[in-house]
Amino acid sequence: MSATAAAPAAELRWELPSPGRVGMFTLIAAEAAIFVIFVVAYLFYLGKGISGPTPAILHAPVFISVCLFSSSATIHLAVVALRKGNVARFGLWWVLTFVLGAIFLGGTAREWNHLIRVEGLWIDTNLFGTTYYSLVGLHALHVTVGLLLLGAVALFTLFRAVRQEHAEDVDILSLYWHFVDAVWVVVFTVVYIIGR
Amino acid sequence: MSTESVGWTPSEIAARPLVDRLHGWVTTVDHKRLGILYILYAIVFLVVGGIEATVMRIQLVRPHNDFVSPQVFNQMFTMHGTTMIFFVAMPIVFGFANYLVPLMIGARDMAFPRLNAFSFWLTAFGGLLLYFSFVGGYGLYGAGTAPDVGWFAYAPLTSKTFSRGHSTDFWTLSLLVAGIGSIGGAVNLTATILGLRCPGMTLGKMPLLVWLYLVMAGLVVLALGPLTAAQAMLMIDRYLGGHFFDTQAGGSAVVWMHFFWVFGHPEVYILVIPAFAFASEIIPVFSRKAIFGYPVMVAATVAIGFISMAVWAHHLFTIGMSAVANTFFVLSTMAIAVPTGIKIFNWLATMWGGKIHFRTPMLFCVAFLFQFLIAGLTGVMLASAPMDWQLGGSYFVVAHFHYVIVGGILFCLFAAFYYWFPKMSGRMYVERLGRLHFWLFVIGFHLTFDFMHIPGLLGMPRRIYTYEPGRGWDIWNLLVTVGVLFQVAGILVFVGNLLWSVLRGARAGSDPWDAWTLEWSTPSPPPEYNFATLPVVKSRRPLWDIKHPEDPDWRYEPGGGA
Repeated sequence: MSATAAAPAAELRWELPSPGRVGMFTLIAAEAAIFVIFVVAYLFYLGKGISGPTPAILHAPVFISVCLFSSSATIHLAVVALRKGNVARFGLWWVLTFVLGAIFLGGTAREWNHLIRVEGLWIDTNLFGTTYYSLVGLHALHVTVGLLLLGAVALFTLFRAVRQEHAEDVDILSLYWHFVDAVWVVVFTVVYIIGR
Repeated sequence: MSTESVGWTPSEIAARPLVDRLHGWVTTVDHKRLGILYILYAIVFLVVGGIEATVMRIQLVRPHNDFVSPQVFNQMFTMHGTTMIFFVAMPIVFGFANYLVPLMIGARDMAFPRLNAFSFWLTAFGGLLLYFSFVGGYGLYGAGTAPDVGWFAYAPLTSKTFSRGHSTDFWTLSLLVAGIGSIGGAVNLTATILGLRCPGMTLGKMPLLVWLYLVMAGLVVLALGPLTAAQAMLMIDRYLGGHFFDTQAGGSAVVWMHFFWVFGHPEVYILVIPAFAFASEIIPVFSRKAIFGYPVMVAATVAIGFISMAVWAHHLFTIGMSAVANTFFVLSTMAIAVPTGIKIFNWLATMWGGKIHFRTPMLFCVAFLFQFLIAGLTGVMLASAPMDWQLGGSYFVVAHFHYVIVGGILFCLFAAFYYWFPKMSGRMYVERLGRLHFWLFVIGFHLTFDFMHIPGLLGMPRRIYTYEPGRGWDIWNLLVTVGVLFQVAGILVFVGNLLWSVLRGARAGSDPWDAWTLEWSTPSPPPEYNFATLPVVKSRRPLWDIKHPEDPDWRYEPGGGA
């Protein structure tokens, strides 16, 4: 929360929410609306397909989910470290977050590889394939975008361009990553718990 | 609060070569220039969409007319609807938001100027993509040119089977791209309004226009997502062989309807709330009174925003829903008339006892009040499910929503054009031509859209390219088309007035209307940085306080002068 306007009237206390933070929350709301539609479509179409395979072929990807959920903690620790000015520790936690996210994406790739090659399920196979790949793929797309952003900051850190005063910016970026995590809580529940 | 100009002097601007100046416009991130770009872009498409409407009306002027083929007629109503909603109304309301909001809240620019430029160019290229379909829509199959699936593109008409070639792909892609631009614009607007207000401007002291745009931005954020999602699903169906809307494989055409209207109905409020915003600024200034019931106006707008998210399925009454669903959507749709009615009473109470100046902007606003009331009343008629079973899909519905969009939204947009034209251009428009435009348009509007209700009641379905004589529809269709001629004449006067006034109009000065909001404290047109020193406000009408130091507003406002 930073004061934005340089007030000529000194007696006036004037603090507004930072535009970056408001902007990120608004973007998250818009993204959430997109996910809601895909989740609704997934739930509505459950069991409506007229040919197999069915969701019974899915295996809950527990390990990579734990990795993704943990990455919320590590990115938080990274931001806390940068707030305190400890850039080295920040870089360490940040890269760990990136690695956890990458493991998640790799896990999704493995899962899809299995579904396509072994189970013979692709997006045009049946209604289940269409909704499954769309929803999980939309989330994977968001993880990919997040990884690109995380990677960019990691590179900046490597070249010593990240300093304590960037804590606010990095914190705003971490909001997006938390959102990607939170969406996975919903998608995981819908696809692998309710949907099976 | 006067501002010294430290930018280009006029002679220096004139001295720069044309290419330089155009380059300046293309690469600009200034909110005022982007606002003007949005508005000019929308006016171009307004003319294009208007030509499409005129083609349709010429075709329907008499029974068994063959001015255009059925195929072209289908393309015309699809392109007309899509163009008017996504490439006229949306860019225009975002254009005014871009121009006015930072000036009104005493900020130097939007929160994210480059995102702002990005959003505009996405919208602009979305429109070009849509119109490129006239050239590129043939695709590999040699079928179809422009999209012809209607502006809400119901499944299964959009499937590969029924829509060969690429015309539907152009439609989907252009809406997807423009939709992302709109979301960017809404994110920017929210961040600007919440994060960049000048000192002293608490939420309760923002001009009503800014409040209304905040609600509108919230609606864009929540409603454009579903549109984007639905378009993505349609693309998955068309490009990757998905089955979302493929009834042969268990998919559902009704799901598309729900997803589209979850966007589509809030969209109406996304467009009408800015119209309310313009009326809420213009009516007080030309009544010489502060707005009546400011907090109630804000509350009513927020209520409209909430309720508008829960009315979409009244577009599906004729599809067949359960009795519970019908009842819910009847009640929610009727409920939204309550806060809207409150607003109309507040505008009337603002005018009541005021010293009303009937300048062109005020004329358009007064007409808006009456027309929007009638539009609301036919809306309540259609909100009742049994009535809708009878009238759904008829010209009555077409007349109803054109009454809202033309009689309500477009009239307020014209009011806004005339009201802020002096600020944007630095010159006055020609009052006499403005009045001529008003009267031509009022006559044309009522000829067209009053009489359009009647063939609807007589059973004329929408989207038919011709009809049999002797059903009692002929005379009404003729009158409707005659009205279009008046509207076209009105638009020509309007565009002519704008062009002439930009070049030759009298100098407007910074505050031609003796108004009260911060944009009028800057020179016309405002310098790139808006304010040399950021203003500090103590009331809802900061310029009133400056002009009347002996009787400032903040004495009478709750928490005034804080």
